[in-house]
Amino acid sequence: MYFDLIVVGGGHAGIEAAHAAAKMGVSVGVVTMDKSAFGRMSCNPAIGGSAKGHLVHEIDALGGIMGQIADRSGIQFRILNRSKGPAVWAGRCQSDRKLYSVEASKIISSTENITIVEDSVIEAIEEDRKIVGVRTLKGNEISCKALIVCSGTFLNGLMHTGLNATKGGRFGEQPAIGLTESLIKMGFEAGRLKTGTPPRLKLESINYEILEEQPGDENPQPFSRRTDRSKFPFLPQVSCWLTKTDSSVHQILEKGFDRSPMFRGLINGVGPRYCPSIEDKIVRFADKPNHQIFLEPEGLDSDLIYVNGFSTSLPEEIQREAIAKIPGLENAEMVRPGYAVEYDYLPPYQIDLTLETKLIKGLYFAGQINGTSGYEEAAGQGLIAGINAALKILGRKDEFVLKRSDAYIGVLIDDLVGKSTDEPYRMFTSRAEHRLLLRQDNADRRLYEFGHRFGLISDNELKEMKEREVLITKSKDLFDEIKFKPDEINNLLESKATNLIDNAEPVSKLTKRPELNLRDLLQELDLEKYPLVNSLLANEKALEQVEIELKYEGYIQRQQDLIKKMEKLEEVKIPESFDFLKLKTISNESKEKLHKVRPRSIGQASRISGVSPSDISILLVYLKN
Amino acid sequence: MQLIFSIITQKELTEYLQNSEDTIVALATPAGVGAISVIRVSGPKSIEVVDSIFEGNGRIINAKTHTIHYGKIKYANEVIDDVLVSVFREPNSYTGEDSIEISTHGSQLIVQKIIESFLEKDVRLAEPGEFTKRAFLNGRMDLAQAEAVVDIINSRTEASLRGARNQLDGILSAKVDSLREMLINSSSMLELELDFAEEDLEFLPKEKVIERIDEIVIEIDELLKTYAFGKVIRDGVNVALVGKPNVGKSSLLNYLLKESRAIVSEIPGTTRDVIREEFSLDGILFRLFDTAGIRLTEDVIEKEGVFRSRDAVKNADVVLFLNDIIDGFANDLYKELKQLIKEDKILITVNKIDLLHDHIIECDVQISAKTGEGIESLFKAMKQKAIGSENYSEKGAIVSNLRHFNALKKAKQHLVQAKESVQNGMSGEFIAVDLRNAESSLGEIIGKVTTDDILNNIFAKFCIGK
Ligand SMILES: Cc1cc2nc3c(=O)[nH]c(=O)nc-3n(C[C@H](O)[C@H](O)[C@H](O)COP(=O)(O)OP(=O)(O)OC[C@H]3O[C@@H](n4cnc5c(N)ncnc54)[C@H](O)[C@@H]3O)c2cc1C
Ligand SMILES: Nc1nc2c(ncn2[C@@H]2O[C@H](COP(=O)(O)OP(=O)(O)OP(=O)(O)O)[C@@H](O)[C@H]2O)c(=O)[nH]1
Ligand SMILES: [Mg+2]
Repeated sequence: MYFDLIVVGGGHAGIEAAHAAAKMGVSVGVVTMDKSAFGRMSCNPAIGGSAKGHLVHEIDALGGIMGQIADRSGIQFRILNRSKGPAVWAGRCQSDRKLYSVEASKIISSTENITIVEDSVIEAIEEDRKIVGVRTLKGNEISCKALIVCSGTFLNGLMHTGLNATKGGRFGEQPAIGLTESLIKMGFEAGRLKTGTPPRLKLESINYEILEEQPGDENPQPFSRRTDRSKFPFLPQVSCWLTKTDSSVHQILEKGFDRSPMFRGLINGVGPRYCPSIEDKIVRFADKPNHQIFLEPEGLDSDLIYVNGFSTSLPEEIQREAIAKIPGLENAEMVRPGYAVEYDYLPPYQIDLTLETKLIKGLYFAGQINGTSGYEEAAGQGLIAGINAALKILGRKDEFVLKRSDAYIGVLIDDLVGKSTDEPYRMFTSRAEHRLLLRQDNADRRLYEFGHRFGLISDNELKEMKEREVLITKSKDLFDEIKFKPDEINNLLESKATNLIDNAEPVSKLTKRPELNLRDLLQELDLEKYPLVNSLLANEKALEQVEIELKYEGYIQRQQDLIKKMEKLEEVKIPESFDFLKLKTISNESKEKLHKVRPRSIGQASRISGVSPSDISILLVYLKN
Repeated sequence: MQLIFSIITQKELTEYLQNSEDTIVALATPAGVGAISVIRVSGPKSIEVVDSIFEGNGRIINAKTHTIHYGKIKYANEVIDDVLVSVFREPNSYTGEDSIEISTHGSQLIVQKIIESFLEKDVRLAEPGEFTKRAFLNGRMDLAQAEAVVDIINSRTEASLRGARNQLDGILSAKVDSLREMLINSSSMLELELDFAEEDLEFLPKEKVIERIDEIVIEIDELLKTYAFGKVIRDGVNVALVGKPNVGKSSLLNYLLKESRAIVSEIPGTTRDVIREEFSLDGILFRLFDTAGIRLTEDVIEKEGVFRSRDAVKNADVVLFLNDIIDGFANDLYKELKQLIKEDKILITVNKIDLLHDHIIECDVQISAKTGEGIESLFKAMKQKAIGSENYSEKGAIVSNLRHFNALKKAKQHLVQAKESVQNGMSGEFIAVDLRNAESSLGEIIGKVTTDDILNNIFAKFCIGK
């Protein structure tokens, strides 16, 4: 068997990688252990959230599929942070777990050039430091030009509940054996991480009467720009429910601490600090009397409830007993206990910004294997790996690397490679120094052009965006020119309870006032005189962009200045063959770090933890010589 | 990055890298004073070279790092001195290279001879500050420390030394670090609300944000205020002695220097050229410029002298405007001075009070350059003109470096902008833009530029995670 590209794993990273590469015209074989598990949500039945919603928008704007799958399977949509500025608005949805996977399967099986192989890869094969194929559990050898490993939590996966440990990558699924070892043989370093999931409860066994309801937005917004808004939302919408733990719950949990695999030191993997188990929360934040619990439905025809906030690996009977003490859950039936899972990852200093490994050409890693956690983080990487692998197979000289100022995906990969995380990495908006520019609403303006270059965004989509761009620029110019005289606008100002004006003021300036919105202002103009304004009012997306750019102009400008400053460092490239070990005057520690990461620009080098500014100046001098 | 280049330029770096193979030598203690002098040698050959001229119990070449050896320095079969030799092996030395410190009994002649013996053995004389540059480039000190050492090297007077050492000890670094910490704490509170809005947490009310910003701004202001003092300590004070001819400028110069440096005569127009001399007072270096008396004159040489006097005025930190008690206040000249320099830099002084007792002219101080009467008050007034009335202790954090001063000013500007954003009801992500910029300005002073501090702080302090 031969495929141009083999993708190992049909999780969130794997399906984006396979889809993008296939669309670019290479033949793709997706080898995955369970073909009914495409895009399966291992944990929380939800997509998006702060910074993660941004990732979904970016994936969509690059021609990825996550946004569409989420839109079609979503049963509750909300925009978080509505009370704040547009840069931190973030879409989040509850998904029907089963339908999410069904929609993912539909796309994968209907994409040309993709072949699905149900099997487990136990070995990767290289020749002369180039990948040539894989061996599988069923005894097949498949050859290829490139290989993307998206193995998620499956590499030597080990699940813990209390003192019971079961081999597996996910509840009810086998672990992936052999692959890590074959990678180590090639010279890779592997590490161990851990994550956890809460118990599931039976839907009907919960007393909703006394719980606080959390409905979705009244006017739900889809993630994808390709979703047909007239049919959206596709599914009936449901609510979530809130409750909280108290000291009686904590006391019971504490009884089980002596059988906690975490506290007993049975788990070697490092868990995320931002997503602690309930037992961790009780210990680390002992003075906090309550912890919030979100009860989230797993699907429209599922009878399961996901107990968000109660991730645990304590013994099953302790979980059951503690849950019964939580208000509303007195009679709850626990269908499945929570567990922790340990798995192998490959510390990501070993990959390049293209996600190709530095050691073996044609071998790419994407998703949780790189130390991330979360569906969106995985999908973003899958997309980048898929595009780069396809570019390479097609013999194209270009590579696809997003800068930190382009996208959260750029921040994600740059952080991974440069900081080589040692705890599961999740995206936060605060990780992006250009946060005000990396918004959901402008994801297409930032990324369509890239997506189009790889054939993942259509000519029409690009054309529409470019026309919009012209409209935006022209409108902004015009709004500097058009001025309101006091008698033309003071009525509106008064009704909006904002200061009246004494002298004529341009539209652009008035738009900056928090009390005013652009549409209201434009309505006061003599619209017959300004055909451009009419087009703008008819183009909701363009209007939104103009308004944001005018309102927050000063801040946006400051971030752009920062980018320019940083860009200078990014532009100083370090040749691939550069020998960092020959840098005599740098401390051994930074020398080794640089040698490990092999940064490709001074900018990237300067972000490596442990590399000091003086190291960078010395590096600069060497590069100049 | 610019920050590195502000103390070590690209050219210097290149030169350094080319020269880093060199072994260098220099006197490490101030020349000519003290009972013991220390000569420092650094570079790959240092141990070998010292070994070749040292005679003691064991050989230096076999010595472990951080050991001290007693013996004699011999050169051309002549014993030069009994010395103590300290051996430091890379990377555990001041410079990070192999290096040696030789303590001798300190006569100028002995030091001279030892250094010369090195120069004959392929060791070259160190450039000023070269040890420190090597130390910095080898990662042995942070930016502020390196700059402080450079200041020590350049510093002339005791207080300056103490100030620079304080900084070296990290007083300023520690202060700035603590401000940065405060800032990171406030930023964390804002970020918390942005990234963890779903969580059941109490967020920082906006008034509190303003309160915290204000606290930091106050501290920065305190630091900024020390700059006048720090700069004086670092650079010294230029004092121009000006006045009409014959008012006693040169006499005053001589009195202050306690020697008869300038020609004094009763003939007006005695001093023609600008005479420059230094004297130190309470640890502050005063650079005195005695000038030609200013008057209309046809004499070509005196004319040029008067021209130069005006120049000295323009470059002065303090203008000591001297008047003769007999002739009275020179109002016309005062007016002219005010056009050349800000009025508050002018110290109006009346001289020759020994001639006319109990005669009062409106002025800042009255003195006699002949009897020394009033000189104490003159000292006081000069100091105050230079550093203001605040009483700084050199034990506190002092900003004496322009780059630090500018970085603090920038940090303050960002904080003021952040405060404005809060007052305008902007949400956290906008405020964060300026808080981050402020943080990075502070980070520039101490060379800290990490981006993960805020998240680490949040993870440590708050219970988050659904
Ligand atoms: C118990 C648990 C709890 C989690 N908790 C959280 C959480 O709290 N927060 C959070 O953000 N994320 C959490 N996650 C992580 C989230 O599920 C993953 O980050 C995301 O699914 C990763 O996507 P992926 O594509 O890398 O891998 P996965 O979605 O795990 O997909 C991997 C796929 O690869 C296949 N596969 C693996 N190895 C092989 C092989 N050798 N041969 C063939 N097929 C193979 C598997 O069958 C699977 O289909 C959790 C995951 C688990 C299992
Ligand atoms: N009694 C008295 N005589 C003084 C005093 N100071 C200076 N003189 C005399 O004043 C005369 C001029 O002094 P100089 O010091 O040369 O004056 P100058 O201001 O330098 O003069 P030019 O250099 O010519 O501008 C000399 O004869 C001094 O002895 C003082 O305080 N008391
Ligand atoms: Mg004179």
